[in-house]
Amino acid sequence: MVEFILFAPLVGAIVAGFGWRFITETGAEWLTTALLFAAAIAAWFVFFSFDGNTQVVTIFRWIDSGSLQANWGVRLDRLTTIMLIVVTTVSALVHLYSIGYMAHDENFDESKGENYRARFFAYISLFTFTMLALVTANNLLQLFFGWEGVGLVSYLLVGFYYKKPSANAAAIKAFIVNRVGDFGFLLGIFAIFVATDSINFDIIFPKSAELAQMHIGFLWTTWNAADVIGVLLFIGAAGKSAQLFLHTWLPDAMEGPTPVSALIHAATMVTAGVFLVCRMSPLYEYAPGAAALVLVIGATTAFFAATVGLVQTDIKRVIAYSTCSQLGYMFAAAGAGVYSAAMFHLMTHAFFKALLFLCAGSVITAMHHEQDMRSYGGLRKKIPFTFWMMVIGTLAITGTGIPFTGDLFGIPIGFAGYDSKDAIIEGVWGANGAGYAFWMLVIAAAFTSFYSWRLIFMTFFGAPKGDKHAHEHAHESPMVMLIPLGVLALGATFAGMIWYNSFFGNEKSMESFFHLPTHAEQVADGGAQNILSQEHQIPNALGAAEATKPGAGAIYLREDNQAIEHAHHAPAWVKISPFIAMALGFLLAWVMYIRSPSMPGKLAESQRPLYLFLLNKWYFDELYDAIFVRPMLAVGRFFWRWGDGVVIDGSINALATRIIPAMTRAAGRLQSGFVYTYAFTMVIGITLLVTWMTLTGGAQ
Amino acid sequence: MISEDLSLLLPEIVLAVYAMAALMYGVYTGKDRTMPLLTWVTAAVFAALAFWIGITGPGTHTAFNGMFIDDGFSRFVKVTVLLSGAAVLVMAQDYMVRRGLARFEYPVLVALAVVGMMVMVSAGDLMSLYMGLELQSLALYVVASLRRDSAKSTEAGLKYFVLGALSSGILLYGASLTYGFAGTTEFKGILSTIHGGHMSLGLLFGLVFLISGLAFKISAVPFHMWTPDVYEGAPTPVTAFFATAPKVAAMSLIARLLFDAFGTAPADWSQILAVLAVLSMFLGAFGAIGQTDIKRLMAYSSIAHMGYALVGLSSGTQFGVESMLMYMVIYATTNVGVFAFILSMERDGRQITDLASLNNFAAKEPLKALAILILMFSLAGVPPTVGFFAKFYVLRAAIEANMTWLAVLAVISSVIGAYYYLRIVYYMYFGQETEGLDTGTMNIVPWIMLMGTAVIMLVGIVNLFGVEGLAHAAAATLVP
Repeated sequence: MVEFILFAPLVGAIVAGFGWRFITETGAEWLTTALLFAAAIAAWFVFFSFDGNTQVVTIFRWIDSGSLQANWGVRLDRLTTIMLIVVTTVSALVHLYSIGYMAHDENFDESKGENYRARFFAYISLFTFTMLALVTANNLLQLFFGWEGVGLVSYLLVGFYYKKPSANAAAIKAFIVNRVGDFGFLLGIFAIFVATDSINFDIIFPKSAELAQMHIGFLWTTWNAADVIGVLLFIGAAGKSAQLFLHTWLPDAMEGPTPVSALIHAATMVTAGVFLVCRMSPLYEYAPGAAALVLVIGATTAFFAATVGLVQTDIKRVIAYSTCSQLGYMFAAAGAGVYSAAMFHLMTHAFFKALLFLCAGSVITAMHHEQDMRSYGGLRKKIPFTFWMMVIGTLAITGTGIPFTGDLFGIPIGFAGYDSKDAIIEGVWGANGAGYAFWMLVIAAAFTSFYSWRLIFMTFFGAPKGDKHAHEHAHESPMVMLIPLGVLALGATFAGMIWYNSFFGNEKSMESFFHLPTHAEQVADGGAQNILSQEHQIPNALGAAEATKPGAGAIYLREDNQAIEHAHHAPAWVKISPFIAMALGFLLAWVMYIRSPSMPGKLAESQRPLYLFLLNKWYFDELYDAIFVRPMLAVGRFFWRWGDGVVIDGSINALATRIIPAMTRAAGRLQSGFVYTYAFTMVIGITLLVTWMTLTGGAQ
Repeated sequence: MISEDLSLLLPEIVLAVYAMAALMYGVYTGKDRTMPLLTWVTAAVFAALAFWIGITGPGTHTAFNGMFIDDGFSRFVKVTVLLSGAAVLVMAQDYMVRRGLARFEYPVLVALAVVGMMVMVSAGDLMSLYMGLELQSLALYVVASLRRDSAKSTEAGLKYFVLGALSSGILLYGASLTYGFAGTTEFKGILSTIHGGHMSLGLLFGLVFLISGLAFKISAVPFHMWTPDVYEGAPTPVTAFFATAPKVAAMSLIARLLFDAFGTAPADWSQILAVLAVLSMFLGAFGAIGQTDIKRLMAYSSIAHMGYALVGLSSGTQFGVESMLMYMVIYATTNVGVFAFILSMERDGRQITDLASLNNFAAKEPLKALAILILMFSLAGVPPTVGFFAKFYVLRAAIEANMTWLAVLAVISSVIGAYYYLRIVYYMYFGQETEGLDTGTMNIVPWIMLMGTAVIMLVGIVNLFGVEGLAHAAAATLVP
């Protein structure tokens, strides 16, 4: 079953990519889509039938060299099954949506034989395969294969419109920034191999406690092994998941077709970093320093990206910064030790962010590829279905729900984002000493609400602006594009409520869902420090020793990780603060874009420096340009012009065109043709040899 | 006693007797008409002798109180000399007839020269050394001016003779100095007078003069001046012969003399050889660049190649000798192929040696051009050919003997040298449309030689046809 899920997209990609001439482009579209739907159904089946016990399915032996062993296989645990349903479901829906979206692309001229549709579907199917290889890996090497594979396909798809210089630049930027992260990731893998002599999760995880005691030399000094590995892996994760300092590629990646943005740059690939940190939870549990870094960077990214999102006018860029910000939430949760909440948000985010992007794609199609929100307005009458779907997505991302229903009914009533985002904010509050992160996330929640509603108001309300012609011809998208919206809207609405308890709300459910060992151990130990042990007497089905080993379950929590217990007993103001932030953001957006639409302009005028600061994304691109790009170009020019041009070419040319011909002429002149010259040369030669030998006395 | 000595010399005696018999046969029967027959019979005798020597059992034997040494080293070199001599003879036979050079003396003289070479490499005494050397040289002087009606050929012969006489004088002077200070002409005796690597100044003088005299034979700089003129002036078959067997024999003679007579003081002569090697490599490379005549170019090429062989020898080690032997075998094989082609170069039925005539040759004769390309790559030492391994071994010998500077210089000069080999390839493949060579003029024997050597250059990289092991065994008998 898992083998089918893993390889069905690969088969689709190969057939569509190399064999579309035999099955036509339309055939390639439907084949890949059908395979993905089959894989998605299989994935849901696996998800529901999975019993929580980690299984490893080995497909074939890959590398076996000394102590380096890596098999190609599937590690089936709760994390994997979550990722399987997320990836295959969103991918299947995006495949279906793309059939409509990519039908007529003005960037290619099909009358001139520029076929692009089969290529597009081959790419996104290949992407799905590599992403699945990543999430099913049982060792770091297969994970890295998938990691690089998704990076490659991301590059190919960002630069899909290869005729646009901006798309090519964005593709290169995405690739290079990811290389920086990947370098850290590789170093992390090397460090793990050095420290544990293995890259297999089964061997690494039980050794994570040892890693915390171990020291490892890196750069100029020695570090705690667990911390240095955690930081290096996080650098890789930050690159892939567009966290602060390595985030600059994600907004530019919006140059790709919109379904790609939905699938790769919102729902799946960019969450690989979060997945990595959660996968390595046994390690991060023993690396408090690295975990703190993850928390701080995550929270700061959530805040930073939200502020930039406030002022962007390109509809896709707003959603891109929103993605960046939401990824920050996930990292903050993972850094705080609430991995399950991070995975929860990853899953709900996949649904509502894919929904938002696909809705944005629908709007863009309706508006003839206009992406500037200042040219929209009043579209809710023209494209009502898209409007309502997008409102659902916005309700989900802003975290709309009814406060305190969680305490009353056991399940918080609200959209998916309400459950998962509140879980993160409460979880971060519950972690020790995370006040900074908590407030950052709450403020970011307010900003999220503001820019999300701003998007809705600018697009669907008010008077039509911009090109009149475009507004007159705006029409609803075809059915293949609307069905995925509906399905995702279901997920965005109900996913949170259905799985709240399994991911965060109820510890008993979490234990069986994730196969958590913590409390089984505490019960076995007598639960001296466990506040909740009386409430949660669970049957100790597993042997204590077996269960407490890191890596036995999908996620490992140390017994002193009390973040979730604290979160469950958080005071009321903590639980309501994200709701208040959300409401404030909504009200402000309503006032500024519905009540008095002239306010934003005046505000931007009066707070011009701040406005420009945000509009220019905190000047990160300019800063990087000045610090890295220009000096590197200068170094490159120096070596090109001076090193290669002057020194190497110059010396070779001088040698080849002056010195050697001169020597050749000299050799020619010696050859006079007269016997006496020849004899004289011989005599001179012997004289010099004898003199030299006499003077040096031979060897003595 | 005397019969045992003579039995040891039997191959040389057989060849010498054959040469005289062939001379008689030629004189008293058809004179020049017998030339094709004599050529083939001589080549057959060479091949038979090579086979005979090749299957002789191992071991070192001496004859005439150490004047003649029959050991693995001499047998290896003799087989090489005989086979390359036979190859050069048969591939030129057709050419000689068509160019009016079919003189029956030619195979006889070559046979005598080969007898001289065989004596040279077996020499265990300065006397036998000189005897063999002169026998070889006198025969070569004559064949150089085989085309008596050509001013160039006679000039080449005369120049070679005058300068050869000078070099013989130098050699003899060195021999007499050595005899004066060592008190003996026997190699073993000379060796016993050198204690702990220390050599008297007189002996050192003798050594320098001996090396200089022999350096003339291998055309090492600065005793190389005759080479371009003689290579160009002599008839092409003679040039082909000059470029192969005598070089192998003379180089081996140097190794024999230095290791057998001066082997305990390698530091003295290794510097001299290193200097000669550097000068030869660079002058060969620079000199060849300016040439427009392929025979002159091959003269400079052989000067440079002798430099590389000297690099191996100058390391003064057993591996150095092994690498030198391998280098010479590979060099001789490649040259057989190249000269087989040069022999066939003609336009309107006339011999032509101008480089520019190769223009666009690949378009007309792709197979031959490919063979030449492989041979040129091999001479330049481009990796997938045997020539690369030849250079690789001598460089390794130099580096293992802590003469890295020499190896570095050798590599630099080989880079410069690659230019003129590649230029030939360039002319053939990318040259302008000019009046080129006649096509289809190649006789079957040279064609086989050309294609065979080209194939060897490629296939040989598998195991070098076992030459490595033979050269190793041969070197081991010279340098224990």
